[in-house]
Amino acid sequence: MAELPSWRTINHACIVFQPGNASEYLTGDWRSRRPELDKEKCVRCGRCWMYCPEPAILWDEVGGYTFDYRYCKGCGICARECPYDAISMVEECEE
Amino acid sequence: MSRDRVSLEICEACAEAVRLADVDVVAAYPITPQTHIAEVLSEMAADGKMEAEYVNVESEHSAMSVCIGASAAGARTFTATSAQGLALMSEMLYIASGLRLPIVMALVTRTLSAPLSIWGDHSDAMSVRDCGWITLFAENGQEVFDFTLQGFRIAEDERVWFPFMVCLDGFHLSHVIEPVELIEEEEAREFLPTYKPKYRLHPDQPVSMGCFAMPDYFSEIKKRQDEELKASYDVIIEVWREWESRFGRSYSPIVAHRTEDAEVVVLIAGGYAGTARLAVDEMREKGLKVGLASLKLWRPFPLEDIRKTLGHARLVVVVDRALSVGGAGGPIAGEVRSAFFHEEKSPVVASFVAGISGRDVLRSDFEAMVRKAFEYLDKGDLPYYEMFGVRE
Repeated sequence: MAELPSWRTINHACIVFQPGNASEYLTGDWRSRRPELDKEKCVRCGRCWMYCPEPAILWDEVGGYTFDYRYCKGCGICARECPYDAISMVEECEE
Repeated sequence: MSRDRVSLEICEACAEAVRLADVDVVAAYPITPQTHIAEVLSEMAADGKMEAEYVNVESEHSAMSVCIGASAAGARTFTATSAQGLALMSEMLYIASGLRLPIVMALVTRTLSAPLSIWGDHSDAMSVRDCGWITLFAENGQEVFDFTLQGFRIAEDERVWFPFMVCLDGFHLSHVIEPVELIEEEEAREFLPTYKPKYRLHPDQPVSMGCFAMPDYFSEIKKRQDEELKASYDVIIEVWREWESRFGRSYSPIVAHRTEDAEVVVLIAGGYAGTARLAVDEMREKGLKVGLASLKLWRPFPLEDIRKTLGHARLVVVVDRALSVGGAGGPIAGEVRSAFFHEEKSPVVASFVAGISGRDVLRSDFEAMVRKAFEYLDKGDLPYYEMFGVRE
């Protein structure tokens, strides 16, 4: 991580000049449980993709749905909403 | 230069200053005793006497929110409120300061309920003491007019960029008709050029304001806000000097009256300083060595001026028109005491709370407070504070 600014150099009123720089902040660090997809059960309905409050579920024509673990906070909404129980939440500490 | 003095209700004088400031947006919700400011400004906007957008909002929270949005987009913005209205918008006051938006507000000071009271005191102003606004107390109509216009200039200065609040006493100032010297529109334009914000919400140069800050950033942001609010002092003084050279009226953070050789100095903010000045003259005739310090600048707190004006006195009698319920003294008295805590030579600071909810403080009351403070001092049992004139 870059050196943090002093009070003298911090942006006036904390104004952010660079659009979309929230993506530099990897919220995946917050996760305690990780979603995992059972590709056998997945019918690619896209419900998990719609419900994810981050854009942390990615779509790929070939590979189907995958998780972007850089941003996934492990909220578990995708697992709860999946009508086919294709997503399970796995404790990160189990590994 | 002699100018015509016009008889104006002080609320009208405030509105006239806003018109002369050529504001772009006014958003206000009427509340006694601020109502006449909102009323006159809405008339001016409706009659085309002021090219401003007057936004009728459904609450003071929305009034300040509209001001924040408009100011962030680069508009010169004004609002006015009192008491419960200020309490309702208090959340947004912190945001206006945190975003460093140069909004100007007239606070027509009134008691915070309950019990319900429409009358004046400083309990509302003191409730937002720490919100990060430049805050001045006016003593009369001329000061209300001058401070309001100066407010835009100070707030919009690129070394400042803070919201600015001018406090005027509910009824004792707001509803009183006084002679006021106005200035010409051309003079106002010269003193206060068009607002040119450095940062604003505009599609050509997108920025985000008011973003989330984690604990590893927040302290630095607040430190910068604090240092820059304190540094606005120099700009306020500079603008006052310019005002004097343009219009002949001089201002300072504390206006002192007969304090040079005073053994005791009475300190008070707002309109009651006028009565206190007469009381001081009467006491002088009786041989009491008394002076008056009328506090104009509340934030940034003028520490050095306090020390300079009061430091030589034996006793300072601070009269607060607000009670810090369950506290250690009136809000102003507490800060005056702090100003001297580390000083080698310090006056004794007596704290009286008086003039709550519009109760008059007469000339004889000021004398009574001075004499009472001396008695306490002689007996060695000065209380931290006392509510003056309360029936036992």
